[in-house]
Amino acid sequence: MEKILSGVAEAFRMILSGDPEIYQITWLTLKVSGSATFISILIGIPLGVLIAWWKFPGRRFFISIINTAMGFPPVVVGLWVFLVLSRNGPLGFLNLLYTPTAIVIAQAVIASPIIIGLTSAAIMQIGEKMRLQIKALGASRWQTLVLAVREAKYSLLAAVIAGFGGVISEVGASMMVGGNIKGYSRVLTTATVMEVSKGNTEVAIGISVILLTLAYLVTLGLTIAQHRR
Amino acid sequence: MFKDIQKKTIVILLGLILLVAAVSGCSTNDEQSTVEPPANPDLILATTTSTQDSGLLDVLIPIFEEKTGYLVKTIAVGTGKALSMGQEGEADVLLVHAPASEQVLVDEGTAINYQLVMHNDFVLVGPTADPAGIKGLSKSSEALAKIATSEALFISRGDDSGTNKKELQLWKTAAIEPSGSWYQETGQGMGDTLRVASEKNGYTITDRATYLALKDDLSLDILLEGDEDFFNIYHVMQVNPEKFPKVNADGAKSFVEFMVSKETQEVIKEFGVKEYGQALFFPDALK
Repeated sequence: MEKILSGVAEAFRMILSGDPEIYQITWLTLKVSGSATFISILIGIPLGVLIAWWKFPGRRFFISIINTAMGFPPVVVGLWVFLVLSRNGPLGFLNLLYTPTAIVIAQAVIASPIIIGLTSAAIMQIGEKMRLQIKALGASRWQTLVLAVREAKYSLLAAVIAGFGGVISEVGASMMVGGNIKGYSRVLTTATVMEVSKGNTEVAIGISVILLTLAYLVTLGLTIAQHRR
Repeated sequence: MFKDIQKKTIVILLGLILLVAAVSGCSTNDEQSTVEPPANPDLILATTTSTQDSGLLDVLIPIFEEKTGYLVKTIAVGTGKALSMGQEGEADVLLVHAPASEQVLVDEGTAINYQLVMHNDFVLVGPTADPAGIKGLSKSSEALAKIATSEALFISRGDDSGTNKKELQLWKTAAIEPSGSWYQETGQGMGDTLRVASEKNGYTITDRATYLALKDDLSLDILLEGDEDFFNIYHVMQVNPEKFPKVNADGAKSFVEFMVSKETQEVIKEFGVKEYGQALFFPDALK
């Protein structure tokens, strides 16, 4: 019990003393997971709407793939991204392995199916009638998209929260493709695992408290946006 | 009305933060060195978990980066994995501790500029209660035999690391094939394995450095040390650029030279003395 309490105390010490390494790791975590979520939103929401409304052949099969991908083990995604980005892999020439960009890529691959799947479910929830109504009133394709997003606002923000939550807590893929390099590609989750393995339990608990706080604050902001009138 | 503005401000602020994060997400601007950075500054160092967990690399790498302007990407995995990364050209320079396995790479021309860096020793640790009664023995083969016959809990790394290879070699010397519910493999690094041994009151073989670094968190004692088989030797080597043109040969050469340089060897000699009262590694390239 004292370990946990001293861990929480360590968290406060790290924040208040302005420990530069912790701030750097926290900021990098936010940048990486923020970018990945942002990319997933850009890909995910339009694709989700498309799947919901365009009845193309093989649609049901495609939706089942997306639904499976939503629950796909992140570490497996990490392994595949690693193989693609490694020197001997197809994209090895980009020299992206062991960089923060690689983590963003892996996290975007993890979050995108979540956002696509939940978006398409949310849009399908709206129903055909609404879509026809909007079309009947003379809306362009773009306007229809915007109106649909507005209509399904709650569910879509829930999708974003789910996507963000999934990647900020991810460790396996981030470790594999990022390399956990000090001052460069070390994020809060990979730092926690490393500190535990080094025996610095209090520091690990401290970092995990900071991670929880960060995740909570961002999710709080998104939830406020979700409920805003 | 004010509550509304307040909420809007929070949302806009959050949106801005996420946007800034997204825009700057892929770039970093840390590590300003005073030296002109080399043409290819990225250097991938594949090494063992013991050099990282003991904290030695946290001291040495910044010195090297400051001196040369290289950005060292330290990938700490087991020796087996580090060597195979070398064999695939996925790493530029290796710092590992399994001489028998390393020799294979040297012989096949994968590793060049093979230099001895430092050594320390392994120790056999276990619960203070010592259920297998090995305290006082001087040969590791005797101790392992006693552990096997009494079927006392023994925790192995089981991860093809340098330490794991040493452990298996010692079982072989004792002419025992360890198996059974008393022999458990964690597949993890030394720190985690020590923790498991501590929690379960089991025996394990560890390098002295990691044990000392974690001692306060563990309920394990050193029960056997000093056996000549417990010698743990570290070498550094470049991955051959003629075999793998994509490696950073200049960076690797620079790192090898750094590791055997007098200044670095002095740093290795002093490492841990203040904190643990004894050195964790013994430099071997001091002439």
